[in-house]
Amino acid sequence: MNVFSEFLVSALIVLGALFTLLGSVGLLRLPDFLMRLHAPTKATTLGVGALLLASAIYFSLTGSGVSLHEAAIVLFLFITAPVTAQLMAKAARHRQKKSGEDR
Amino acid sequence: MLKQLIPRPVLSLTVLLLWIAITNAGSLGLLLLGLLLAVIIPRLTLPFWPQAPRLANPLRALRFLGVFALDIVVANWGVARRIVGPSERLSPALVEIPLDLRDPFLATLLGSIVSLTPGTVSIDVDQKHWVLLVHALDAPDPQALIDEVKNRYEAALKEIFAC
Repeated sequence: MNVFSEFLVSALIVLGALFTLLGSVGLLRLPDFLMRLHAPTKATTLGVGALLLASAIYFSLTGSGVSLHEAAIVLFLFITAPVTAQLMAKAARHRQKKSGEDR
Repeated sequence: MLKQLIPRPVLSLTVLLLWIAITNAGSLGLLLLGLLLAVIIPRLTLPFWPQAPRLANPLRALRFLGVFALDIVVANWGVARRIVGPSERLSPALVEIPLDLRDPFLATLLGSIVSLTPGTVSIDVDQKHWVLLVHALDAPDPQALIDEVKNRYEAALKEIFAC
């Protein structure tokens, strides 16, 4: 690993951690359920994406051969995250309708 | 003969590539095991799969993936700013997006794309009236959101799958 790739990996890790943190802050701060739902689903896309990219670069350069696990993780996350979000949103709307609240 | 062995070649190829990614293509034995799985898994799951539309324009699909990745980064930045900023200034909205697509697989794909781009979560894909129900974190102008989803994503999907 040379200085440039070390810098790149560090920057990606910090960026990923920052967006994951922001996702948690959003979960804490936003006022209602549907709005809170946005925060963690977003953290998975960019936050985890950047962390996994850093992992792929680091282990490809230091380990033996190209590291491809991360691509599989990204694919599975991107398939499952929207499904989870949609199911939670549906459950939330169902409960609101039942209790007769307006949103 | 070959068609009987692998009824869904694209699915088999996907399974094989995923296997290679997970195992980092460590050895010949692992590769052979992957080939075996690529034949068996699609056959076992055949009844689950809807008749997926054909990928008509692979190059356009690649370009779309690039645009999509860039959108995720840009929109994430926007959502991050809104999370940190004062939350009473946000105007969340439930938006109904009428679809031109008439394919369950593509409608679900569009819903997933909308969910993955920050700021919007798709809540329901109504396949009776073909309406996509979306919750937006901050959409002062719902019509602008509808236009964006339709022009940016739905149009691209229609081109890619030629329908």
